Amino acid sequence: MEATHAHGAGHAHGDGHSHHPKGIMRWITTTNHKDIGTMYLWFSFAMFMVGGVMALIIRAELFQPGLQYVQPEFFNQMITLHGLIMVFGAIMPAFVGFANWMLPMMIGAPDMAFARMNNWSFWLLPPAGILLTASMFVPGGAAGTGWTLYPPLSIQMGIGMDMAIFAVHILGMSSIMGSINIVTTILNLRAPGMTLMRMPMFCWTWLITGFLLIAVMPVLAGAVTMILTDRHFGTSFFSAAGGGDPVLFQHIFWFFGHPEVYIIALPAFGVVSHVIPAFARKPIFGYTSMVYAIASIALISFIVWAHHMYVVGMPVAGQLYFMYATILIAVPTGVKVFNWVATMWRGSMTFETPMLFALGFLFLFTIGGFTGLVLSNTAIDVQLQDTYYVVAHFHYVMVAGALFSAFAAVYYWLPKWTGHMYDETLGKWHFWLSIVSFNIAFFPQHFLGLAGMPRRIPDYALQFADFNQVSTIGAFGFGLSQLLFLYVVLKAIRGGEKAAAKPWEGATGLEWTVPSPAPYHTFEEPPVLTEAKGHA
Amino acid sequence: MGMHNKTKSRLAGLALMAWSGMALAAWELNFQAPATKAAQTVIDLHDLMMIIIVIIFIGVFAVMFYSVFAHRKSKGHQAAQFHDNTLVEIAWTVIPLLILIGMAWPATKAVLNMRDTSQADITIKATGYQWKWGYDYLKGEGEGIRFMSLMATPPEQIRGAAAKGGNYLLEVDRHLVVPVGKKIRVLTTATDVIHSWWVPALAVKQDAIPGYVRDTWFRAEKEGIYRGQCAELCGKDHAFMPIVVEVVSAEKYTQWVGAQKQQMAAAADEGAKTFSRDELMSRGEKVYAANCVACHQANGKGLPPTFPGLDGSKIATGPKAAHIDIVLHGKANTAMAAYGGQLSDGDIAAVVTYERNAWGNKTGDVVQPAEIKAARK
Repeated sequence: MEATHAHGAGHAHGDGHSHHPKGIMRWITTTNHKDIGTMYLWFSFAMFMVGGVMALIIRAELFQPGLQYVQPEFFNQMITLHGLIMVFGAIMPAFVGFANWMLPMMIGAPDMAFARMNNWSFWLLPPAGILLTASMFVPGGAAGTGWTLYPPLSIQMGIGMDMAIFAVHILGMSSIMGSINIVTTILNLRAPGMTLMRMPMFCWTWLITGFLLIAVMPVLAGAVTMILTDRHFGTSFFSAAGGGDPVLFQHIFWFFGHPEVYIIALPAFGVVSHVIPAFARKPIFGYTSMVYAIASIALISFIVWAHHMYVVGMPVAGQLYFMYATILIAVPTGVKVFNWVATMWRGSMTFETPMLFALGFLFLFTIGGFTGLVLSNTAIDVQLQDTYYVVAHFHYVMVAGALFSAFAAVYYWLPKWTGHMYDETLGKWHFWLSIVSFNIAFFPQHFLGLAGMPRRIPDYALQFADFNQVSTIGAFGFGLSQLLFLYVVLKAIRGGEKAAAKPWEGATGLEWTVPSPAPYHTFEEPPVLTEAKGHA
Repeated sequence: MGMHNKTKSRLAGLALMAWSGMALAAWELNFQAPATKAAQTVIDLHDLMMIIIVIIFIGVFAVMFYSVFAHRKSKGHQAAQFHDNTLVEIAWTVIPLLILIGMAWPATKAVLNMRDTSQADITIKATGYQWKWGYDYLKGEGEGIRFMSLMATPPEQIRGAAAKGGNYLLEVDRHLVVPVGKKIRVLTTATDVIHSWWVPALAVKQDAIPGYVRDTWFRAEKEGIYRGQCAELCGKDHAFMPIVVEVVSAEKYTQWVGAQKQQMAAAADEGAKTFSRDELMSRGEKVYAANCVACHQANGKGLPPTFPGLDGSKIATGPKAAHIDIVLHGKANTAMAAYGGQLSDGDIAAVVTYERNAWGNKTGDVVQPAEIKAARK
């Protein structure tokens, strides 16, 4: 200790990192949670644009019956990459970005527990993103299997499939490292006095999400590795001819895939649990039951996976069990929705952009939850499995759920990050354009699914033409609206009204006790919690 | 000018298509008209759930929107500071649980009924191939009938070079014919990748998994033609392998069975016949167009590397035996299926002859059905 201190004395006191590299090297070598959070967020937005362009290619082709712009092989590649890029490249890194930026400040820690591993977790992402995107340009193109990568179809694919497998491996490593870091940070670096049950809700959601990730990412890695060895090394895990079973892959994949839904949804719940109390100027209702609800959702998410597989021909007892277990998830999810509504009840509400997105989230995510309940019913699901109804359902959960929550988070914390208020008028425009165009794009897809339109097809029968046209118009509107989001963010970075340390009247939490923009280093000395309850 | 005309005719086609689309069951908001009791059950269950869901949804969001309008700062509303109420929290955990149990009860009955495939009148195996369905009547009246069912929509309609017909993408060359009112058990399997056999009006959807056999059943209540599609992504032509079930009266079904048996007897005699090169070439071209063109393409160039070309390929210009072998038995871990079980000796002889003499391939070989018959052994 003495030696370190003597060495440190050779440098200027105060900011011990004033000598950190400048320019590009700052970003490549940084171990600062704020820098890394920023990089996660920009990477996520870049991938969101790439995946978005793919979505628009899909929707353009589906504007009318017949093949107009792309061939079926390429269409299949687009749906695969759109799914993989949006899930692993856009949504997940966005919430890891928020975690990096905000968790240490929320719990009064100076940085993440493993700062150098944090740098690694981020820098694994760009190679994976490049592998996925570049697989379009190799012979045979990208994997054309859908993001679910079901064999034996994935066995037939070209080298693009191997690139996708390696990308998934790398993304998995990044996620596991990131989540170990988050879990360790939350468990070990909380300021004195911040007990677990005083933690802000965002920390709780991430703590549980971290455990989910650590549990299921290795399972996915195993599944894709088995595909890899089936493809190249003569194994037959998923080939009946060699004694394997194609359905085995689906069980393994969805054992990962269903918790994955909550890996995306839980941090989104966390964000909304900050934004709604802040703009209702009222503490969150039922903090304890919220924590229990998150934990039960996470636990149940491990035992419902085969509701994605009602038509593979599992025994009837299996179908019934998975139906009951799935229905059960509605209970804790309902508790959360009721708690959010009760938080608003008799509050003193204002409707800045973060609140609008949180309300949009609540309204549309509940629709997605209800259609999930419809799909949980095995008898109904037989008609709806692999139709556009499912596409509509999970876009209500993923886009109106997770993405809207991410927008709420960006607008909520942007003043803390940049030191400037964003343009409120444009933010509101962004919200209204997004929510209207989102519903134009995805609501009609429920009807398409009910009427019998399968998903993952580049061409369709004539009776589906009208709603597909409406959907495509909405999708393009939604895509273009996101350029406005980019503009609002850039504008806030470049300037704007100076933000106070606590720009939102009703916001609570340690992150609002540091100046805006947050200094490069915060809480080098742990704060002292004097409030009876530290949480939001 | 040419471009201009093309655009114009395309626009006219588009307008016509939009109109005919509307004339068809356009803006359809719900399930297709049911043709089985099971399909009606699904609709009833869905209606019940929708009623409950809509009531809860309106209840919850009425509270929220009331709050949004009444409890706002701009109206000077002061925030209350309550943040817990154990009784309320227990209530909104337990009551939803009871509602959900109420929903699960009728669902359970429907599922048990849906999965009871016992005591079928007729058993038919549906085999998924990339990208068509094959049907084998295994048991009951019509036993022994087998045929392939391919999409009948011409490629010109898909490319937009011809006006789209009313059953665009939902028409096949040979319908799956079944009698009305009989319990039909459908076994599903596949030879290459996973497909899914789905007919919405009958409320059956069952994955067809290579190497495994699954089953489902339906009993059509009324005669008619019911159209469905493959529901599991199975490669590039996933959108182009429809299913058409034709439900007919018992008498018509018996007639149909008789006609099928006659045709099959005629085809079985073929093994002993010898055909001329021209006969084989013209028949081979048809077989190629129906079975091979999706991957290997009309010009024989394929879509490499996934779907190799045949024009000048080692297989199509090398020894006959290897060529016949790959057509009969397929190639493992690729999209190349085994056609031995799908095509007759005559068809395989014709298509191999065609492939060896079409495009730039000039082997001069003529393959007769007898050679295929021998190679099968």
